[in-house]
Amino acid sequence: MVGGGLVGLAVAYGLARRGRSVLVLDEGDEARPASVGNFGLVWTQSKGLGLPAYSAWTARSARLWTDFAATLAAETGIDVRYRQVGGLHLCLNEAEVEARTRFVAQMQSQMVTAGVRVEMLDRAQTRDLAPAISNAVVGASWSPLDGDANPLFLMRSLIEAGQTQGMRRRTRQRVAAIRPGDAGYELELHDGTRLSAARVVLAAGLGNAVLAASLGKSFPVRPERGQILVTRRMPRFLGLPTSLVRQTDEGSVLLGDSKEDVGFDYGTTPEIGARIAARSIASFPVLRTATVVRSWGALRVMSPDGFPIYQTWPDLPGLWALACHSGVTLAAAHAGPLADAIDGGAAPAEISQFTTGRFDVPSARAV
Amino acid sequence: MFRRRAQSDPGLPPVSIRFEGRTIAATGGETLAAALLAAGEEVFRASPVSGAPRGPFCLMGACFECLVEIDGMPGQQACMTIVRDGMDIRRDRIVEGEE
Repeated sequence: MVGGGLVGLAVAYGLARRGRSVLVLDEGDEARPASVGNFGLVWTQSKGLGLPAYSAWTARSARLWTDFAATLAAETGIDVRYRQVGGLHLCLNEAEVEARTRFVAQMQSQMVTAGVRVEMLDRAQTRDLAPAISNAVVGASWSPLDGDANPLFLMRSLIEAGQTQGMRRRTRQRVAAIRPGDAGYELELHDGTRLSAARVVLAAGLGNAVLAASLGKSFPVRPERGQILVTRRMPRFLGLPTSLVRQTDEGSVLLGDSKEDVGFDYGTTPEIGARIAARSIASFPVLRTATVVRSWGALRVMSPDGFPIYQTWPDLPGLWALACHSGVTLAAAHAGPLADAIDGGAAPAEISQFTTGRFDVPSARAV
Repeated sequence: MFRRRAQSDPGLPPVSIRFEGRTIAATGGETLAAALLAAGEEVFRASPVSGAPRGPFCLMGACFECLVEIDGMPGQQACMTIVRDGMDIRRDRIVEGEE
């Protein structure tokens, strides 16, 4: 497994549970992985416009999450703080309500097929779920399948659970190149070390583009920056996540929904931070006096249309390349049905379109 | 209970601070967290969620467990603040709606 972030670890854990001998090569913190910088939503309500299979795959993972979290807790004693308490996307004026209503309507048929209920709520209904909203909140979209988890605990528990199942993991191992060898593949590490493996999974996030290129393949992923602010711990005022604001069980509040195309710059900017803070305060007045203790940027791993890529190539048997920007939401599906497929089982119907082939023809854009 | 392991640098002046009204002798150059711990004060604030007592954990600015109110300014990191003579420190509190 090349890549020790949430995608690589979830699949590696799944493979180890199936009795496979798995070695995870993790570049470590220098890679600035999205896995430790993300917002922690398990989110279905906005996923997949233009690719119904992605809605279905996301919903499947969200439904697997309860058992997934319980299994991890039983195996490691780590509670990853998963809550399937529903999620809100708040609208702060009539125009936003209108746009969101249209979006939810567009998604309706594929969401019904995926078994996801998404509803528009008025202010009173929103306030029933989130009493701390301001009067500026006109309405919200809501899905009961949505929720959140702590990505850092998730990462730790996947490492421990995987290791309990025999998974091995080496850190500070950057794979520079990969090529077909006598019995599978030969990996060249940054320090010149060579390793060979019968089967290889590339889950190196944005690094997959370079690794695939070393095999002569195209793997189109680009960075999309998100900035997050976190407040000092506060008394609980919000019992379910929104797409902009979520409060952890420790009381910290995470704020952030930005999307920027700034290349590999994972820094923060006062302009975006101020915009995030202003909208958060407009949504929840209690945040007016909150103290922000930290902010950071992280890079989402985006394909051209924003949907996942789970790629195999006919001339590269035993090799998979994976990328998505929803490593938390999809972790349960990655450790379950995707690991099954990589282990040689039948590929789940949803993922047949998650290949780079879809970029060869004009296609819808992700929202 | 914490103890100072080494003699302070004799070049550093003694300073006097107050914690919740109690006068504490500290040494110039040390952090506020160190001064309070050395004086036996381990509860710096209460968890705003559970009310459980909280005190310094990482002592390097990362965990934000050691927040105190210094001279009327809430939410200050005791481990990242050097003591000054006359500092008036209170346990940190969050008052909702406070401006």
